[in-house]
Amino acid sequence: MALTLTLVTGRTLAQAAAMHKGKTTDHYAAVTRQAEINGEDLAELGLAEGDEATVRTKEGEVRVTLKVSDLPRGMLFLPMGPCANVLIGVDTEGTGMPPFKGLSVEVTP
Amino acid sequence: MSERTENVVCTFCGCLCDDLVVEHEEGRIVKVLKACANGQGHFREYDPSPRLPRLEGRDVSWDEAYSAAGEILRSSRSPLIYGLSSAVTEAQRRAVELADRLGAVVDSTSSVCHGPTGLAMQGVGEPTCTLGEVRNRADLLLFWGCNPLVSHPRHFARYSTAKGRLTPEGRKSRTLIVVDVRPTAATKAADIFVQVEQGRDYEVLTALRALVQGKAMERPSVGGVAREALVDLAERFKNCRYGVAFMGMGLTMTRGRDLNVAELFSLVSDLNDYTRFSVIPMRGHGNVSGADQVTTWQCGFPFAVSFARGYPQYGPGEFTAVDFIARGDADAAVILASDPGAHFPRKAAERLREIPTIVIDPAESLSASQATLWLPTGVAGIDTAGSSYRMDGVALRLRPFLKAQRPSDEEVLVRLIEEVIR
Repeated sequence: MALTLTLVTGRTLAQAAAMHKGKTTDHYAAVTRQAEINGEDLAELGLAEGDEATVRTKEGEVRVTLKVSDLPRGMLFLPMGPCANVLIGVDTEGTGMPPFKGLSVEVTP
Repeated sequence: MSERTENVVCTFCGCLCDDLVVEHEEGRIVKVLKACANGQGHFREYDPSPRLPRLEGRDVSWDEAYSAAGEILRSSRSPLIYGLSSAVTEAQRRAVELADRLGAVVDSTSSVCHGPTGLAMQGVGEPTCTLGEVRNRADLLLFWGCNPLVSHPRHFARYSTAKGRLTPEGRKSRTLIVVDVRPTAATKAADIFVQVEQGRDYEVLTALRALVQGKAMERPSVGGVAREALVDLAERFKNCRYGVAFMGMGLTMTRGRDLNVAELFSLVSDLNDYTRFSVIPMRGHGNVSGADQVTTWQCGFPFAVSFARGYPQYGPGEFTAVDFIARGDADAAVILASDPGAHFPRKAAERLREIPTIVIDPAESLSASQATLWLPTGVAGIDTAGSSYRMDGVALRLRPFLKAQRPSDEEVLVRLIEEVIR
């Protein structure tokens, strides 16, 4: 089962706290690969909270841990950081800003 | 015996909260009062102990480090100076001077946060105000594409819900409206949450502009927002006493980028035909606003500036760091007080690891851990001095309360400039 979702990245309190402890720590790596997903999308993937999934774009793919939140259906949220950045391209459309929000991603168990 | 310093400024985010109390003992911070979770981390996790620079994995003396930095910079044909936003204004001036001396490109983290906001300002202007006006006058607050309870956790308490001169009831004196693509802590604290479909902000803003101007709307919804909700918003905006819009990455990082921001700024301009309305970008890094100010007064442009031809040239999309690095145009980089290794798209972050980099940062960031040379500096407002610009453009002085055991960013940059002109 594969789902096409819209990726939104952003700051979280846990990501900020882990950043202060050190970006070279395992804790920071774990926090920044903690993805949020709508519960119905998670069920459609046949997965449960805490399971891992692969998220893929043409730029690359990562394994993330899934956590249910009240996101709208069709959206995947990842904290800003090295994990999300594997998925983000460098086409800034002449502005300097990469597409950190609104990227189409494929999610598979 | 611990000492207590009051009215300490936190430089983690653009709020620059200036009312913190810090207790310190024998050169170490032991307690921080009034700070948010982000501010606590900023102060409590900083180790002010002296630390030697690290060159290619080994500790070296500062003289050896400056000499190595000079060699890297003198042998570069197309260097990039990037970051600036957590450094003080005085260091930012030196960073621009270094770029000028080198014929380098200089860009700040603005290009990956509010760079599109800068482009929008240049297009349609910025009807703005100070946070003091927000606290004392605003009775309607609109937060669009930002989550202050996570990114700027004390913003609500210090400005949006605080009691002010004309807002004596604090939170009760104001209407809080949050527009976002997903429920967040901020949307839950709002009076009205407007949920927009991801990537449809521009359409919703255009519909609001039309409604404010008295035009009829035939479609039942725009961007996932019902017509009735949009009509209600437009009326609230026109009929408030003093409205302020705050905007964040939800607009600048989403499809449309600067066009989204320009549409919001234009809506705010339009609203001044009916009432008083302003807009303030929610700036992230403590002095990212200062980076725009300094680069503008030094070069005429807020970010993405190249000195390669001997005079400043402006080029968003060309001299912005992600583009410049990913294209392979940079052959060396000085990274000041920022962490592109953690926050740039992988292709740009990997390309950065292929060229010599000099990282000036108090902490061992990912960029510092991967750098050719890491120069560990002090933190302004803790053990070094300087000034920073709050998100509303108000400059604050940062006074150190610990004795400096490390050089400041400015001192390091002055030494780099000396090495370059040697």
